[in-house]
Amino acid sequence: MQLAVFVIASAMMLVGAVGVIIRRNPVHAALSLVLTLFGVAVHFVALEAYFLAAVQIIVYAGAIVVLFLFVIMLLGVDKAEDLKTEPLVAQRWLAGVAALGLLGLLVVAVARGADILATRSEGLDTAAQNAGGDANIQQLARSVFGDYVVAFELTSVLLVVAVVGTVMLTRKRAAGEA
Amino acid sequence: MPEPTTLSYLVVAALLFVVGAFGVMVRRNPLVMFMCIELMLNAVNLSFVALAGELTDIDGQSLVFFVLVVAAAEVVVGLGLIVAIMRNRSSLTADDLAELKG
Repeated sequence: MQLAVFVIASAMMLVGAVGVIIRRNPVHAALSLVLTLFGVAVHFVALEAYFLAAVQIIVYAGAIVVLFLFVIMLLGVDKAEDLKTEPLVAQRWLAGVAALGLLGLLVVAVARGADILATRSEGLDTAAQNAGGDANIQQLARSVFGDYVVAFELTSVLLVVAVVGTVMLTRKRAAGEA
Repeated sequence: MPEPTTLSYLVVAALLFVVGAFGVMVRRNPLVMFMCIELMLNAVNLSFVALAGELTDIDGQSLVFFVLVVAAAEVVVGLGLIVAIMRNRSSLTADDLAELKG
């Protein structure tokens, strides 16, 4: 059962990811991104990160993708691009080689770390597993509002700066204003 | 049926990351490049959560929470920049954004 969930979620994720890069219409790419995000959320549920799964759906699929779609519609770039032509010579070949090399490096690094994992592995937290979603949220809350409370407060500063900066960037300037 | 191991999660996350990296390298639409960056962030989040489960350490999940916040801020500023740039031009490809070139 867990394996079936894993395979289906991984397939969703990777099909969506490939869709993002091969779809010619940006709207379709954004909708493929939703598929990937849902696949990752399913993985989060399978890994018992219930809170993060919910946040993933709400923040990513709910807010970020809507923002993408909003900007695509606002700018009117929802036309299909021409992906056949290759503006830079051999760009795709080089990118493919670089991507495969990166994949090889990552897989080798993961495989080399596998024996470390095997020695340290204690499996999933069975206490949290038995208590269901609440234990996960309580643990996460203790961590975020306890150990990392300064970082949490700083994220609010970051968000305010981002919002103010974006308003400054995108507002229309009145005539005569610098 | 065997259960998926942490290793398999890490390999799937690596695949997702590579697809995102390839997308950033080949696509020229800044919006799609942003989406590919989101793919890479999601791959990293997935490996964080997988390792947090493996090592029974909640810190991995806390870090994913912060990554989500920073990703949201990044998308807001990035899309704001794209909107500001697009005000003055019609087509949208990364090749057009070369004014700062000396």
